Amino acid sequence: MEYMQREKISYRKAIYRALDRVLGSDEKVVFMGEDISEYGGAFGVSADLYRRYPSRVISTPISEGSVAGAAVGLSMTGYRVIVEIMFMDFITLAMDQIINHAANIHYMYGGQVSCPIVIRAPAGGYRGYGPSHSKTLEGLFLGIPGLKIVAPSTVQDAWGALISAIYDNNPVLFIEHKLLYNMEGEIDLDYKIGPIGRARIAREGADVTVVSHSYGTHLSMRAAQELSAQGIEAEVIDLVSLKPLDIGAVAASVEKTGRLVTVEEGDLSGGVGAEVVSRVVEDCLPYIDGRIVRVGKPDVPIPASIMAESRVLPGVDDIVDAAKRTLSWE
Amino acid sequence: MRQKIKPVEAALAAAGALNVVEMYKKALTIRYFEEKVDWLFGRGKLGGTTHLCIGQEAVPVGVASALRADDYMVSTHRGHGHLIAKGGEPARIFAELLGKSEGYCKGRGGTQHLCVMGLNFLGTNGITGGGIPIATGAGLSIKLSGDDRVAVCFFGEGASNQGTFHESLNMASVWKLPVVYVCENNMYAMSTRFARISASDDVAARAGAYGIEAAIVDGMDALKVAELAGKVVGRVRAGGGPALIEAKTYRFCGHSKSDPRTYRTREEEEMWKGKDPIKRLAAAAAEFIPGSEIEGIKRGVLAMIEDAYDAAEKGSDSSTDAALDGVYAKREDIVPQGNIQSA
Ligand SMILES: Cc1ncc(C[n+]2csc(CCOP(=O)(O)OP(=O)(O)O)c2C)c(N)n1
Repeated sequence: MEYMQREKISYRKAIYRALDRVLGSDEKVVFMGEDISEYGGAFGVSADLYRRYPSRVISTPISEGSVAGAAVGLSMTGYRVIVEIMFMDFITLAMDQIINHAANIHYMYGGQVSCPIVIRAPAGGYRGYGPSHSKTLEGLFLGIPGLKIVAPSTVQDAWGALISAIYDNNPVLFIEHKLLYNMEGEIDLDYKIGPIGRARIAREGADVTVVSHSYGTHLSMRAAQELSAQGIEAEVIDLVSLKPLDIGAVAASVEKTGRLVTVEEGDLSGGVGAEVVSRVVEDCLPYIDGRIVRVGKPDVPIPASIMAESRVLPGVDDIVDAAKRTLSWE
Repeated sequence: MRQKIKPVEAALAAAGALNVVEMYKKALTIRYFEEKVDWLFGRGKLGGTTHLCIGQEAVPVGVASALRADDYMVSTHRGHGHLIAKGGEPARIFAELLGKSEGYCKGRGGTQHLCVMGLNFLGTNGITGGGIPIATGAGLSIKLSGDDRVAVCFFGEGASNQGTFHESLNMASVWKLPVVYVCENNMYAMSTRFARISASDDVAARAGAYGIEAAIVDGMDALKVAELAGKVVGRVRAGGGPALIEAKTYRFCGHSKSDPRTYRTREEEEMWKGKDPIKRLAAAAAEFIPGSEIEGIKRGVLAMIEDAYDAAEKGSDSSTDAALDGVYAKREDIVPQGNIQSA
């Protein structure tokens, strides 16, 4: 299919196009998931791909564990596999194959083989879906060696990072926040696709560094605008990749601003912020010039009630408050 | 009374003789390998744990006799026999168990994570039931590639209670994948007798629910296993969809290196030892070759195992520096379409 060089498209469409490009150019790519044929995928990402690549777009039974296992078998025998997990919450059923198999295999088999699998996981709340359909679980995977994690926030990065993830020889967890699917943005097909692992400076500022990823980056940008109106300039770093973590980009910013806020939707305990803060403290302690604050979900399940949910999940105001708190030690 | 052998049948019998003798040698290799491992553990020469297949040798040997080198095999925690049957070299398996860099996986995998891509052996597996969907994926891979290989998936009867077993059989059946599921039913999962934790008497019965043809075979008789496997593998190779073989067998040893076997009687063990697959194969081989040759084979295999161990022991310890390397594959590390790489 021919696409325009530069165009404004949705995040959903960017992912579709990355899948289309890879499936269309490489016979050794397989895409598996539940309801990804006629239904078009639970979030409409796969659309008509099943008609265009009928043998390699495979609608599976509701068997996340064995679908992930089949992806391991396929990837060990010469295929690159994309698995769509309908809601990220359901990835718990595929944990054994991701953690004990896919992520271990290159190392434990002495480098003979690896598992180029991308696990696409629609994540996130703010939609009133309750505790089993709203989670962002990246914190669970940060400590899994052999796995990579990306969570792009822009249309351009969604497209580029997905292609990069598919051509990475390792298993990659690819997190798509559900609220981003309809967001529009510019895509440039000439955009140079780099390897996974680089953060992006979403906004420059000298007073406080705000580190986030996925939908949190958009909340952080809105907070930065409010802060700017109050005379505080935030530097917003979009991590894009959570593993490997581009701690160099964060450290360079903190050395400049001396202050740090982390923003995530997942649980604060053992989360991305916990990891970023630990590493920054290890690397940049002498530069830190104010309280460090993590914004995220307190350790509670996500309630279904929209009101209760909004109390639990981080919002723009929480980030503004956090940024102000970093300006002093009080 | 013996029938007169016609020329064609004589040729067939000669081929059969070759097969029987080869199977005997393979089974003996597995037995002596496992006995050596047991001996090494007893003397503290090996770390970690191990699960031996002493008593069960007929199953891997019989099944492998029906396979081609390019067929895939997925194994279990009790997998040394599977790998040897697929062509694994005892010296390199010993090296792996000893943590030497000459091991198939540079000593990083050990007994339960032994993969040999060069033999299309996709790994022993430390997770009960973990290999079942991997074999299913290998079957899907073969189907997409459109060739006539098969994937063989070994698992224990205990693993048939895992979700992966049921999910995988269903998927393989729906997609008509070329997978042969081979259950080694040795009656006990660790200490748990199958009857105590299973709603069906046989694992084979479960296959019916997924529209998969299943057959039960005497897993102490390599020739019977080979005969059945020949038929089943042929059917699967020809595109007939997945199949299941349940081999009734018995491990003569404990579950793992430390197992007092309080859950079964010595009488039961003796009864099963009376069906020793090695003795049966020796008797079958004796139909074709003289007893002195049988003795010669025994001595030869024993010496080969001892040499393999000595060679492995002289290998280099996997470097502790390298322990931190190779967590991630680089772009150029892996040939994306190369499913056969030298190990
Ligand atoms: C997921 C998981 N649960 C439990 C174990 C511990 N374990 C190792 S082997 C085994 C018994 C497996 O029985 P079976 O599948 O019948 O194989 P067998 O040991 O009899 O060959 C158990 C419980 C494990 N390795 N993985």
